[in-house]
Amino acid sequence: MAAKTENQRAWFFVIPVILLVAFNAIVPLMTVVNYSVQETFGNNQFFWSGVTWFEETLKSERFQAALGRQLLFTAIILAIEIPLGIAIALSMPRSGPWVSVCLVLMSLPLLIPWNVVGSMWNIFALPDIGLLGYTLNAMGFNYDYTQQPLAAWATLIAMDVWHWTSLVVLLSYAGLISIPDAYYQAAKIDGAGKWAVFRHIQLPKMKRVLTIAILLRFMDSFMIYTEPFVLTGGGPGNATTFLSIDLVKKALGEFDLGPAAAMSLIYFLITLLVSWLFYTVMMRNEGEES
Amino acid sequence: MRHWLIPTLYIVFLMLPIYWLLSMSFKTTNEILGGFTFFPQTWTLENYNAILCGYPDVIGGKVPAGCDVSWIWGYVNSLTYVTLNTIISIAVALPAAYAFSRYKFLGDKHLFFWLLTNRMAPPAVFALPFFQLYSSVNLFDTHIAVALAHCLFNIPLAVWILEGFMSSIPKELDETAYVDGYSFSSFFFKIFVPNIGAGIGVAAFFCFMFSWVELLLAKTLTAVDAKPIAATMTKTASSSGYELGLLAAAGCLTIIPGAIVIWFVRNYIAKGFAMGRV
Amino acid sequence: MARITLDNLRHSYLPNPKSDEDYALQQIDLEWQDGGAYALLGPSGCGKSTLLNIISGLIEPTQGRILFGDVDVTNVPPAARNIAQVFQFPVIYDTMTVYDNLAFPLRNRGVGKAQVDARVREIAEMIDMTDMLNRRAANLTPDNKQKISMGRGLVRDDVNVIMFDEPLTVIDPHLKWKLRSKLRELHERINLTMIYVTHDQTEALTFADQVVVMDEGVVVQIGTPVELFERPTHTFVGHFIGSPGMNLLPCEVREGQAFFHDSHVPVEGGKTSAAGSRLEIGVRPEFVSFASEGLSVDVVKITDAGRHRIVETRAGDTAIKLFVDDGMSIPEGTAHLAFDQNRTRVYADGWLAEESR
Repeated sequence: MAAKTENQRAWFFVIPVILLVAFNAIVPLMTVVNYSVQETFGNNQFFWSGVTWFEETLKSERFQAALGRQLLFTAIILAIEIPLGIAIALSMPRSGPWVSVCLVLMSLPLLIPWNVVGSMWNIFALPDIGLLGYTLNAMGFNYDYTQQPLAAWATLIAMDVWHWTSLVVLLSYAGLISIPDAYYQAAKIDGAGKWAVFRHIQLPKMKRVLTIAILLRFMDSFMIYTEPFVLTGGGPGNATTFLSIDLVKKALGEFDLGPAAAMSLIYFLITLLVSWLFYTVMMRNEGEES
Repeated sequence: MRHWLIPTLYIVFLMLPIYWLLSMSFKTTNEILGGFTFFPQTWTLENYNAILCGYPDVIGGKVPAGCDVSWIWGYVNSLTYVTLNTIISIAVALPAAYAFSRYKFLGDKHLFFWLLTNRMAPPAVFALPFFQLYSSVNLFDTHIAVALAHCLFNIPLAVWILEGFMSSIPKELDETAYVDGYSFSSFFFKIFVPNIGAGIGVAAFFCFMFSWVELLLAKTLTAVDAKPIAATMTKTASSSGYELGLLAAAGCLTIIPGAIVIWFVRNYIAKGFAMGRV
Repeated sequence: MARITLDNLRHSYLPNPKSDEDYALQQIDLEWQDGGAYALLGPSGCGKSTLLNIISGLIEPTQGRILFGDVDVTNVPPAARNIAQVFQFPVIYDTMTVYDNLAFPLRNRGVGKAQVDARVREIAEMIDMTDMLNRRAANLTPDNKQKISMGRGLVRDDVNVIMFDEPLTVIDPHLKWKLRSKLRELHERINLTMIYVTHDQTEALTFADQVVVMDEGVVVQIGTPVELFERPTHTFVGHFIGSPGMNLLPCEVREGQAFFHDSHVPVEGGKTSAAGSRLEIGVRPEFVSFASEGLSVDVVKITDAGRHRIVETRAGDTAIKLFVDDGMSIPEGTAHLAFDQNRTRVYADGWLAEESR
């Protein structure tokens, strides 16, 4: 790629984007920051409260538990969706009339509104009249996701795998089809086995798209709200109360603005920090050496 | 055909819940509550009729008595703000992506990164401040409010995808056009935009997708006039008890716009992902 | 190492080929000696890559056999054929160092550690990359990457043949020459059979001892560079090799004598046996000169090509080009041409008359 020209007037091209995003990002963010350092007793009267809310949030067992559940959930779905997505992409043919049909069918879950995904799985998993719930119970498992924390978790994870694995498949597949045939031919001639081809050709060539996949899946699963809200409502008990659900409960349900704002900021920072970590770790080998 | 086994199993797994939703939507309430049936025993279109009967209201006709028009308006509202959002996102992302792909300017890298960080902002964090912000500028419960709010995560995404496509087009194209005497604007719209048509398609697809599936912000920013179909569904489900058939029918109808959009971009989906850069 | 025999080979990409047009590769019989440097030359789509892939085992031919020495390898997979291939675009394993790239084929075959090390160092020295062994292969220049992919072929001592598929495509022009001489040098040093596929006549003629020229799935001539130049057996070779290519003059043959525009043109051997629907006299511009009498033509255009000039003349509708050395005068308007009789031949339907199939 040719070197870019230095041109400060390029800023004019970027201004509309900055204005729109800033309106949506900076004003609300300042509002949150504002709330997070104030105490209110109603009547629109606010008092400076410093970092009290932050300390309180970080120390509260409720927040720690929600964060713990959130991290566990994200870790589990990443551990399932990424390898599964890669495996499915690898097993697909590189071309052919059925490939587009496959891709279209696979993309379908990605375009269903999230609450519909929740409702769909709700209906699907109902212990008495849902296909999944009924089948499991008929097979002798005692399954009721509205009562058993473990069943609720399993259902949520199955739902997320159902909902999002296709994204990993699409990305991995895009990476795979961009590998020229010569690499596979060279590997054959060099006597490389299936594993060596995966390890030394396919995986490195998929690295870029996989980074995108892991980042997107991390971010979106870490921010998950609608699907568990519709499916389990955070229950049974608090078993599936993740960060977003807890936050909305606090802010809109209990109207605890200060603590909610502090929690928001901590939440946002954790998301940013972990995303940045992922990115740095995945990209650490790029561009080293001259 | 051994290598079709895994994709086929996976697709069957994907289709099962969708099948269940579809079969539910053709069952009567009595049948649903009566017990488990794999196929609808008595097929009914009643659930769809309850939703689609409000159709005349949208085009100014008369609605049959006892018909709840909020369903059909839910669809109209959703499609309206999603379309608005897609147009706005692409329109502002195009010049910005061009700037990022062609020029170096003060703070360009930081700006790009800052844009992307907004993709990482949990909507739950912004729900309340958004409500206050859009109320204070008198946009609460309008389509444009939701369209603008969704720009928060769609513009960064659109800039990111478009920048990837644009960078793969050689700079010589620009230079040749200037030598041939094109002005910037005629070059941009007559030559450059058609050249990244696939990129615009892919970016529009993703904007449509993320705006269509989002509920939290859309619900927070609307009450009656711009209420999205997704919100209509949750409220109906909770207020009038278990009308599962109706809920299933409404759910099935929300899958259709997405399916149509996917069909149009099916040949670009995989490519579009590959082009975006990290 | 072994002699390579292509026996009665034919290939079609269609599952049920019917007519000749369905074949990407028409009937081919060839024998390549052990240790030779061969080039496969032809325009894009002539079937040379297909032939290469058949030899390496990436494609199974529709018909015929491939023998390495006396062993039939037609159905042997690529890895078991002991061949090496260098592709058009450098294929290297991005995540590995240069050392690991070179060691990869040996490790895949379970060669011991000490032996791998010794062999890798030996090859690295041969391709001048000893000082880069610990660098990551991903960040090297294209010519170094091509050297690595070549090294991966050389590193195995059981290799029967190394094949090059237009290996200089992505190399900078000033490095092409360097890499090509490196190839020749390596060939002389290790005396391994090498097959070099290209559409560039300079690359083919400077690299190979024997050049196989292909067109539309057919081998049109096999010969040394000199033979191809001085005695093309097919009009395709005549105009594909040489710049500009051979002149072709439509002619008639009466009683073994060739006539162009009713004037008699003496040909090699004094007599021709040519017969066919399309008869042509072929003579290279190098072997045409101005004379005081003979075929009369109009001088149309003169192009300066450095040490000589290329003159384009016309006899009726037929263009005839010739080379004129610097310092020689060029007549204006009408002139007469003489052909070197020993380099003037008659082609029937494209093929040199005496060797028509």
